[in-house]
Order: sequence, then structure tokens, then C-alpha cells
Amino acid sequence: MIRRALAPLAALAVLLSLWELAVRALHVPAYVLPPPSAIAVAGGAEASTLAAAAFCTGRAALLGFALSAVIGVLVAVVLASSRLLERALYPYTVFLQTVPIVAIAPILVLWFGAGFRSVAVSALIVSVFPVIANTLAGLRSVDPALEDLFRLYGATPTATLVKLRLPAAVPQIVTGLRVAAGLAVIGAIVGEFVAGYSEEGAGLGITVMAANRQLRTDLLFAAVLSASLLGLAMFGAVNLAGYLLLRRWHPSEKSDRS
Amino acid sequence: MISSRPPSAPQPRSPFPSATPAKPAPAVLESLAHGASVRLAGVRRAFKGGVVAIDGVNLEVGLGEFVALLGPSGCGKSTLLRLVAGLDQPDEGAVEVVGGGVAFVFQDAHLLPWRTVLENVALPLELAGIRAGDRLAEARAAIDEVGLGDASGRRPAELSGGMRMRVSLARALVTRPRLLLLDEPFAALDELTRHRLDDQLRALWLAQGMTVLFVTHSITEAAYLAQRAIVFSSRPARTVADVPVDLGRERGPAIRTEASFARATRVLFDALEQAGA
Ligand SMILES: Nc1ncnc2c1ncn2[C@@H]1O[C@H](COP(=O)(O)OP(=O)(O)O)[C@@H](O)[C@H]1O
Ligand SMILES: [Mg+2]
Repeated sequence: MIRRALAPLAALAVLLSLWELAVRALHVPAYVLPPPSAIAVAGGAEASTLAAAAFCTGRAALLGFALSAVIGVLVAVVLASSRLLERALYPYTVFLQTVPIVAIAPILVLWFGAGFRSVAVSALIVSVFPVIANTLAGLRSVDPALEDLFRLYGATPTATLVKLRLPAAVPQIVTGLRVAAGLAVIGAIVGEFVAGYSEEGAGLGITVMAANRQLRTDLLFAAVLSASLLGLAMFGAVNLAGYLLLRRWHPSEKSDRS
Repeated sequence: MISSRPPSAPQPRSPFPSATPAKPAPAVLESLAHGASVRLAGVRRAFKGGVVAIDGVNLEVGLGEFVALLGPSGCGKSTLLRLVAGLDQPDEGAVEVVGGGVAFVFQDAHLLPWRTVLENVALPLELAGIRAGDRLAEARAAIDEVGLGDASGRRPAELSGGMRMRVSLARALVTRPRLLLLDEPFAALDELTRHRLDDQLRALWLAQGMTVLFVTHSITEAAYLAQRAIVFSSRPARTVADVPVDLGRERGPAIRTEASFARATRVLFDALEQAGA
């Protein structure tokens, strides 16, 4: 575990050193590209602001992600219940992937008001498609022999869904949720760009824009880094939950984890 | 619960000692009451794309018979078994099972990996709406019958291939089926494990008296297990031979080296060769 972390940490140290040296040697203005040390200082000085912003964004991203998980799985179950439904509706779920969230964010503000709720819905829209697509693939890839077995023993469609198809789809659902976790943070921040101003507090998206306007590039980088860490934390949490859930029975969990 | 050897035979103890002491096999008449009978008349099944899997198959299997279905691979044996199970419908002809209670064992174990052995074996009863207490008791009994009592809390990923197959067998037995359909169930196992499972299956059949249809491409396995072997031609499957296996009801591993066993396999071999395998 520690050994496996050693190589990427060493790579990071080399990269940061080169960055620091290059920026100083070439006299790059700090508002174009600050050295890592300046970013660290800015991050330290604004730590409480950044933490509050990350909490604000994280809350909305988490709600968006949770909605994504529930709605995504439900939509997939409905689509998987009939070929006709899937053929009729699946193309429209692809829209979710291509919808320009910045463009529709004003509509979200109109419907949900500025702030937390709009930001959460933005996170939902951006992150729900991989959940639908992966769950659908999982529900469709059930072992045909087991479907025969359930049929032989007269299982109702509900019993087959609950006792066979959903549990069999869990590995793919987890895969979808992993992708969705990272996307939910991106969706929340993009949502904040347009819909994030409110009394309730400013998220990282707001911090990024404010730092940008003030040419405080060091703070901008620190905010971007915080956003990445937030996404990473959500991804890691889903990954861990998936691992704990699947380690007892899913063979690929043993070889598949990198 | 099971007796895998005739009491008289000087055999070593069963490779699968069960918790309960061995019980002598029930009388033939008593066991007949437990079986189902199967009748196929002029059955044809053609798939989209023009593959005629079986055509003009007539078949009668009586109560409590142990019948091996032999034939070249791809000839339509699995298709036939699915028709008997009611998992597929014939295009022509009739399939009739009198006496109900069908169970199916596939070539691979096909267990639910997220369930323990006990929960896997209890599944058919669960789907039938049996109360948890009752179904778990039945499942434990079935697990004991296949000699897996110690493994009931484990998950399929923690079992060997032979153990998984025995779980699959227990899952089939838990409903006390009157007709047991097995589709090359032990083909993927090593030979020693296969022999053990053959013995166990025969013992269970002797004890419970269900009707057994056993698909295999192994001549020796067919001769060892069955009272009667039906040989199919290559596709489309037609019955080309229907041979009794005259080796008596009680058989043990020692029989594999006897002359009578060699003769029985010879007969099946010739029939299969005529079938164009
Ligand atoms: N669902 C299906 N659709 C189309 N062809 C099938 C299907 N099931 C089986 N077949 C074809 O029918 C033939 C017989 O298959 P099968 O019954 O599995 O043979 P066996 O079990 O004797 O090896 C094969 O040629 C196979 O490809
Ligand atoms: Mg087959």
C-alpha cells in the first residue's frame, strides 16, 4: 500500500520542483502561473474560506449524486422492463450527456431559485447518464441460465428483478456511480458559475470566479485544487463502498482493482 | 441420509460422509411413487436462422427411471432438455410431463455469487413463497445430503468447482423434484471429482426415486449411472438407439473395472458410432 503510493508521490515531487524552478527561472508573472509554493501559501491563508466553499459545493454535489443514483437506477429499471420502452426512451437519456449545462443553468435558476437547489440539480443532470447507462447494461447482462432457473421456479417479474437482476447489476451500478461521483462535483461547480450566487454561502465555483476577476491566480489554483480533492474524495468514498459491498462475491473485484 | 454403496459391497467408506447414518435404499415400488413420467411425440424444434435442432423425436421415460441421453455435441440434447423442462416450446409435436416437480442442473453451477451456500440452496423454496424457517431447514437437509454441511455459510467464490456443483445439485434437490434434469452437469470437473459426484447422484436417486434425465457425452458415465441410455444422431437429433444398461441397481466404483461394465460401454460406443458422432 505504502510502496504503491511511493512512485506517484515521487513523480509529484519531481513535477512540483520542476514547476517551481521553471516559473522562477523564467520570471513568469504570478498572475499567469504562480509557483506551487505561492499556491500553497494562498491555500493556507484562505484555508477557512476554501473549506467553507468546499463544504458548500460538496453538499450540493452530494445531493446531486444521491439523486443521480436513485433516479438513474429507477430510470434504468423502467427502461429495462421492456424493449419497446428502451427503444423509445433511451435516445433521450443521451441528451442528458450532451446538454450544455451552462446554457440551461439560467432555466434552473428560474425553476429552483439561485443557490443550493439549482446547483444540486445541475450536478444531477451532469452525473445521471453514466448511472443509467451502466445500470441498464448490468440489468441486461444477467446469466441466461439463472433467468431460466428463476422461470423454472415460477418467479414473478418483481422477484426476478429484486433477487436476480438488480443484485447481478451491482458491479456495473457501482462503476456508473464511480463515474457519477466525479461528474457530480464538476456539475456542481459549473452550476455555481451561473446559479451559485445566493445568501446561503459561496461554493468553490464562486471562489474560482472571484479569484479570477481579482487576478489572484494563486487562490484560483488553490480553489481548483480543492475542487479536485473534493471530487477525489467522493470518488474514493464510492470506490471504497463498492469494494466493501462486492469483495465477498464479485470475482473481478479481486483482479480488476488497480 | 444417503447410502452411496450397497451394504454388502466391500467398499471403502463414502467419500462424502453425511451427518446422518446411511439408510438402505427404499424398495423399488416405494420409489416409483416419487418419480414423474415423460413423453415426447414427434417433437421438432427449429431455431430462427434455419437450424433444426431436433426433429421427429419420440421418447418415453417411465416413473423413477434413470436415463442417460448420449449424443455428439451440438446435436440438440440441451434443446431437448429445455423442452422437457418447459423452458422452451416445440414447433411441432407434444411434450408431456406427468407428475410435475421439475428441477434442472446446468453444466456449470450457476449460483448467485452474492448469496451463501445456504441461501442459494433455499432459493427455489424462497421463490415458491415458503416461510424462512421452513425453507432454511429444508435447505440444510439438502446441503447435508450432498455432504456440504460445513460449507453452508460460505459464498460460491470460496468453493472449489466440485463443491459448487454439489451446491447446484442441492439446490435442485431441495424442492424434492419428481423429475431431475441434468445437462452435462459434471463435464467441467476433473475425473476423480466427477466419479465421486456420479456415486453421489446415484445414491440420491436410489434414496429418493425421482426420474432422472442425464445428458452426457461420456459413454462410461452413461453406462455407470443409467439404467437405460438413449443415443441421438447428429443434428437434427433423432433417437437412433435405446439401450438398457444391464448392470443392476446397486453399483459401486469397483464395477468400472469389471467385464460387464466394459461390455455395456462397448454397446453404447457402437451405438454412438452408428449415430455418426
Ligand atoms: N436459442 C438458440 N437459437 C439458435 N440456435 C440455437 C439455440 N439453442 C441452440 N441452438 C442450436 O441448436 C443446435 C443444438 O444445440 P444444443 O441443443 O445446445 O446441442 P447439444 O446440447 O447437444 O450440444 C446447435 O447447432 C445450436 O447452435
Ligand atoms: Mg448442450
